[in-house]
Amino acid sequence: MAATMKNVDEIRNRVILGEFGVKNVHTSDFPGNYPGYDDAWDMHKFQKNFRIDVVHLDESSMEFDMVGMDAAIANAFRRILLAEVPTMAIEKVFIYNNTSIVQDEVLAHRLGLIPIKADPRLFEYRNTGEEAAEEEGSEIDTIQLQLKIKCSRNPRASKDSSDPRELYLNHMVYSKDIKWVPIGNQADVFADSIIGPVNDDILIAQLRPGQELDIIMHCVKGIGKDHAKFSPVATASYRLLPEITLMETVEGEKAERLKRCFSQGVIELEDVNGKKVAKVVNSRLDTCSREVLRHDDLKNVVKLGRLRDHFIFTVESTGILPPDVLVTEAIKVLMAKCQRFLNELDSDINEVK
Amino acid sequence: MAGEAEKKPALEMVQADGADEGCVTFVLHDEDHTLGNSLRYMIMKTVDVEFCGYTITHPSESKINFRIQTRGGLPATEPLRRGLTDLTDVCQHVLNTFEARVNEFKEKEEQPME
Repeated sequence: MAATMKNVDEIRNRVILGEFGVKNVHTSDFPGNYPGYDDAWDMHKFQKNFRIDVVHLDESSMEFDMVGMDAAIANAFRRILLAEVPTMAIEKVFIYNNTSIVQDEVLAHRLGLIPIKADPRLFEYRNTGEEAAEEEGSEIDTIQLQLKIKCSRNPRASKDSSDPRELYLNHMVYSKDIKWVPIGNQADVFADSIIGPVNDDILIAQLRPGQELDIIMHCVKGIGKDHAKFSPVATASYRLLPEITLMETVEGEKAERLKRCFSQGVIELEDVNGKKVAKVVNSRLDTCSREVLRHDDLKNVVKLGRLRDHFIFTVESTGILPPDVLVTEAIKVLMAKCQRFLNELDSDINEVK
Repeated sequence: MAGEAEKKPALEMVQADGADEGCVTFVLHDEDHTLGNSLRYMIMKTVDVEFCGYTITHPSESKINFRIQTRGGLPATEPLRRGLTDLTDVCQHVLNTFEARVNEFKEKEEQPME
């Protein structure tokens, strides 16, 4: 009986990495599935078990552990980070002059993908209705940017030079050449925040003397679901915490080989009475390559698993918003989704009455 | 076209002929796996729910069919409402925890500077 109980716990709490596949992938702890377990939703139990540990945080990336949560909800946060947290991006490009060799449509596409540093929470969505399409943007939903640059010969270049950097002026157009043109009261409202490209060094086009660009751009608020340029993250992903268990002591040459099967720092060798004995030091570092299962004499010595409810999140921001703000925004988006349907349910009931 | 276009409802209820209130397919417009799967998990955690599942009708349609079947004649709107409130509460708890831990982390980072 005790052995089967242990087995059930393993099915419920671990994803097992086997030689020919991954076992216990799906969540199964629902009421009625396991006799003797109370799997009904219990908020207090959840609050007691739930934990977040911030591992790393800087202005562009963060790593944190989210423990005690189901994959369904963790995955919702990840999906929202990728596709549903709004940002501002260039949506309309008015090309007054483009004599460069980059075609208008290619140039417009390149401009669209440049991350624009502006807090999307301070802007509204632009109306997408039929009559609204013709409407001009206003100060609450649009940022206007200008790119006006002309390439010319450098009069001070030495005669026998063949280096374009010396021969020409303005022959490389970078994102730093894009200038913000405030609309309405924007100059006062956003006086202390600099609106413009996040990175100064994105090459947009190369020009030769006489060629010029004269472009006005409109940035609007949007979400990654509509176009990837609105996605606020470079990447957002999670992995489950690996768990490596040695079923018996491994010594000598076998221990050396075992160590090499895993990522560096996962297994170390300890000196016990003059013999080298393998020991799991930090299973978190493992990539779960399952290399060890290719060695016939080692594959039954280790058990490879992953903790079902321990998520190691990695969020890399494009620089528009700090990564910790992105995660809080993602959580708020999911709450807003729930609220939308709760309101709808309430209004339905009122109609019936 | 004719005057003010009525706002489309986000939620519809579809019931088979003769089925009781316990067996309902909800159509959630403009939603996908993000809400579908997390809501399914919360509702599956309810004792009186016999079945809960969802499908995305077609890749080019942005809606999901969300099916709930209950035991003992419980109206299917009840577990749906509870699932939505539970999910909101979970998010609120995650948000509070996350913000607290991030602030702690930032404070710890600043300390060695002193």
